[in-house]
Amino acid sequence: MFQNISKSRPQQFGLLFLVFFILYFFIPHNEGSWLWRLPPLLKDIPLMINNLLDNLMFNWFKIQVWDPDWEMYEEKTLFRQITRGIASGVLFFIIFIREVFLGGIQTISAITGDGLVKTFKWIYLPALPWTAVVIGAFIIGYKLQGIYLGVVASFGFLYVSIFGQWEPTMETLSLVLFTAPVCFILGLGLGIWGYFSKRVEATLQPILNVMQTMPHFSYLVPIIVLFGVGDHAGAIATIIFATPPMVRLTILGLRKISPDVVESGLMSGCSKFQLLFRVLIPTARRDILIGVNQVIMQCLAMTTIAAFIGAKGLGFNLKVALNSLKIGKAAEIGICVVIIAVVLDKLSLAWANKQKNYFANLNFYQKNKSLLIFLILTLLCGIIAYFSSFYFSNGFNYLYIIPFDKGLTISPYLDAFIDWIWETFFYYLNAFNVFLLTSVLGPMKQAYLNMPVISTLFLVTGAGYIIGGIRSAIVVFSLILFIALSEYWDRALITLYMATFAVGVSAFFGIIVGTLCAQRDFTTRSILSICDFFQTFPSFIYLIPVILLFGITDTSVMIAAIIYASVPATRYTVEGLKSVPMSLHDAGSMSGVSKFQRWTNIELPLAFPHIMLGINQTVIFALFMIVLGALIGTEDLGQIIMGCLSRPNGAGIGLTLGIFISFICLAVDNLIRTWADERKKMLGME
Amino acid sequence: MNSNNLNSVIRCESVYKIFGNNAKKLLEQSNNDVDAQKFQEAGCIVGVNDASFEVSKGEMLVVMGLSGSGKSTLLRCVSRLTEATAGKIYIDGEDLLQMNSKQLIELRRNKMGMVFQSFALLPHKTVLENIAFPLQIKGSSTKESINKAIEMVELVGLKGRENYFPRELSGGQQQRVGIARSLAVEPDIWFLDEPFSALDPLIRKEMQDEFLRLQDVLNKTIMFVTHDFDEALRLADRIAIMKDGIIEQLDTPDNIVLNPATEYVRKFTQDVPREKVLKIESIMDDYDPNNSSSTKIPSNAIIETVAESVLESNETLTVIDNKTNQPIGSLNPSKVIKILFGDKEN
Repeated sequence: MFQNISKSRPQQFGLLFLVFFILYFFIPHNEGSWLWRLPPLLKDIPLMINNLLDNLMFNWFKIQVWDPDWEMYEEKTLFRQITRGIASGVLFFIIFIREVFLGGIQTISAITGDGLVKTFKWIYLPALPWTAVVIGAFIIGYKLQGIYLGVVASFGFLYVSIFGQWEPTMETLSLVLFTAPVCFILGLGLGIWGYFSKRVEATLQPILNVMQTMPHFSYLVPIIVLFGVGDHAGAIATIIFATPPMVRLTILGLRKISPDVVESGLMSGCSKFQLLFRVLIPTARRDILIGVNQVIMQCLAMTTIAAFIGAKGLGFNLKVALNSLKIGKAAEIGICVVIIAVVLDKLSLAWANKQKNYFANLNFYQKNKSLLIFLILTLLCGIIAYFSSFYFSNGFNYLYIIPFDKGLTISPYLDAFIDWIWETFFYYLNAFNVFLLTSVLGPMKQAYLNMPVISTLFLVTGAGYIIGGIRSAIVVFSLILFIALSEYWDRALITLYMATFAVGVSAFFGIIVGTLCAQRDFTTRSILSICDFFQTFPSFIYLIPVILLFGITDTSVMIAAIIYASVPATRYTVEGLKSVPMSLHDAGSMSGVSKFQRWTNIELPLAFPHIMLGINQTVIFALFMIVLGALIGTEDLGQIIMGCLSRPNGAGIGLTLGIFISFICLAVDNLIRTWADERKKMLGME
Repeated sequence: MNSNNLNSVIRCESVYKIFGNNAKKLLEQSNNDVDAQKFQEAGCIVGVNDASFEVSKGEMLVVMGLSGSGKSTLLRCVSRLTEATAGKIYIDGEDLLQMNSKQLIELRRNKMGMVFQSFALLPHKTVLENIAFPLQIKGSSTKESINKAIEMVELVGLKGRENYFPRELSGGQQQRVGIARSLAVEPDIWFLDEPFSALDPLIRKEMQDEFLRLQDVLNKTIMFVTHDFDEALRLADRIAIMKDGIIEQLDTPDNIVLNPATEYVRKFTQDVPREKVLKIESIMDDYDPNNSSSTKIPSNAIIETVAESVLESNETLTVIDNKTNQPIGSLNPSKVIKILFGDKEN
């Protein structure tokens, strides 16, 4: 009998669940029992992390540093000096870029010392007038793709300007413009290194995995400890967060180059250097530029979240508006974030897809025509701004910089709209809210909390064993055990229940919508561009409309998570179904399949591995949003991570909990990926 | 083997290529007597097994074999794109495997050119830039390399398409670019790795003709890899037939067709129409001045092309050397009849 069971997977899973439920119902809920909850053997990890950071910052390797203000040597630790040095370097560049857009004296004073600026009050870096930036956006868009993109880009900047969000937008933009190139260079360098050395790649992969699955918040706390609070800390968090996709896409793009091309380079007598810069990178150009697009989008997403550690910009204002429940204002800022996201996305994608004309034999003027036009127009804008300063002499110079909140605003209308929604739909929304909370979420949460730790471990390990053999079983078991041995297992269970619910609904929704849309070319294209659109803007933004509709409850977080996580489920379903070869469709048609039979017998089995990879993404997206949901009050791991931001010794806990979330992602990832790979191999789709 | 043979441009002595982690050790243990089966059990895959051959100046050696026979691996050993596990390879008398990377780069920049099955053009460069690429890598000035590239474009018949990108060209045109690029540095040695395999049959035929025309003009030393036996017969001065990494037979097309060395080679040759492969010299008798005729035929003519006139004349013909025009043999028409209609089993 046992041998029979070991053959069929559904039976194996049946047995697994049977044992799971037996354990679930028969293990007593006894606080002292190890079967019910494991003792928190690892509870010291956060403390150890804190001590380590403390030692690094305040005890380890003291050096003598000359203090010019006190004119004496002072004892400081090396590590602290290094992090402070990095911080001030980063800050210098951010402020420089910021002052290009907004004007100021800090860059000049940093270069020349305080004296000069203090003596001559008139010395400062003048800002680019917003009109010049709008024109610049048009020229870039026009050069990269054409008149359409030029209009879109310039309209985006025009909008944020006249709606009074110019200053925060430029602050955010300056963070992105600093972090994106740094991420690009770091990511490209690491990617190339990983391409040439298998050992480096093997080391990088797990680090990248953890970095990409840790929630944004958990980076923030240790960064506060190391680098302090402010724009530079936000920038560093952003760099850590946004570099991994660049590394991955670089390695991927380089690996995709056919070996023949590499060999042709070698046979042309390329040195290693020539091979890299004249053959490999240009051939992988498109993948690398897609990486740049990802980097820019991740940077934008993270800079909004970096508001929590003092980065200025749209994110900061958004946070303030959300905290004081000014939904209309938050929505207005949210619109600006979305607009900037769309503009940056479109511009960088256009750059990636632009075919370079290597052979156009242009002279200096032709090559730099756009730049010259831009410079002339900027000068013109500057002159206009200068003269308009006399016209607007007693207030703000609207042709130079439209100050914060002094532009047009639609927030009264938005507020009125929200009130109207509340008045009109309050009864229905509330009924739905109560129903979901009391009849679905509440019982589900209780069921998860009633789960003995042994049964949970048995379930995940068993699933690992069935899917990927002993290796997967060990990996999954150790990842989950690590969490179970901490003080936060109950919190993790709450996170898990929310994730399960969100992923379940998103997957169901995504697969249905994806399937329906994949039936026609037009709907396929539409849904893919809708997915693109939704993936463009930072996760933060999703919270605004749900708070608007459901207030500050678990429901809001759930809905936001479901919407956010449905995007990858839908996209992968469409892509999976579309990748089924035409010949199989024809073979199906000639066997006389109906539409539904085609779906169940041909499309789904072939597309399923790809759809499962989508579900994998769904899990990560859902977890991210749930952690972010702590902003509006949930009681899971995310809440503690959020709390760590304002605690003096939060770094250890924040980091540990971030790693927990990452481990949950990695366990799911291991199971799904192993399964999908095996399945693909079986279908011969390697 | 005569190691002082000045004519040989490429010389391989017992070259082995074995893939796997401890290939070198296994090879030493087996005392250079490689059994593919045993090696596979030990986790190694035998690519090339004891290959020894020479290619002399201006000669075209075609390496023929089915997929997995090790023909491409052998070519990559000789171009040192992969490192041979054991054996010696001499290029113009210099030990290839002892060269450091600088010497190797110099060698490739000046003496070697290679054409790839998948064309391997750089997607971001135009036709002209692709062809000029090896020259620029070498450090030639832009003007010089572009001029040379324009010359090459004309040579391979792509005039008017200099500024196209590879993706805008058909397969045949792309391979013309590949050929032009490999010839741009005027190499002495020309490697071609299944250059026409990815092309349609009609284009392939056209490219083979083009290739023969080029070789007629350029007279390079060539190693040409193919899986197509007919292509090998059409092009080769000598053919090496490979199976499981071993060179089964290395001989002229005539001899391979007439005297296949192994059962495996025979399988390839048995369906080949002799009259389309064999030359007159392979069926002529010794020259007999008493029995000479006024009708003369060149010794290197393919039988099929002269069969009609031979049979019409109905007498023993004089065979002359195609270069010196001296009589070197005589041909009895019955021989031709036997080839055309006779027992194929021989």
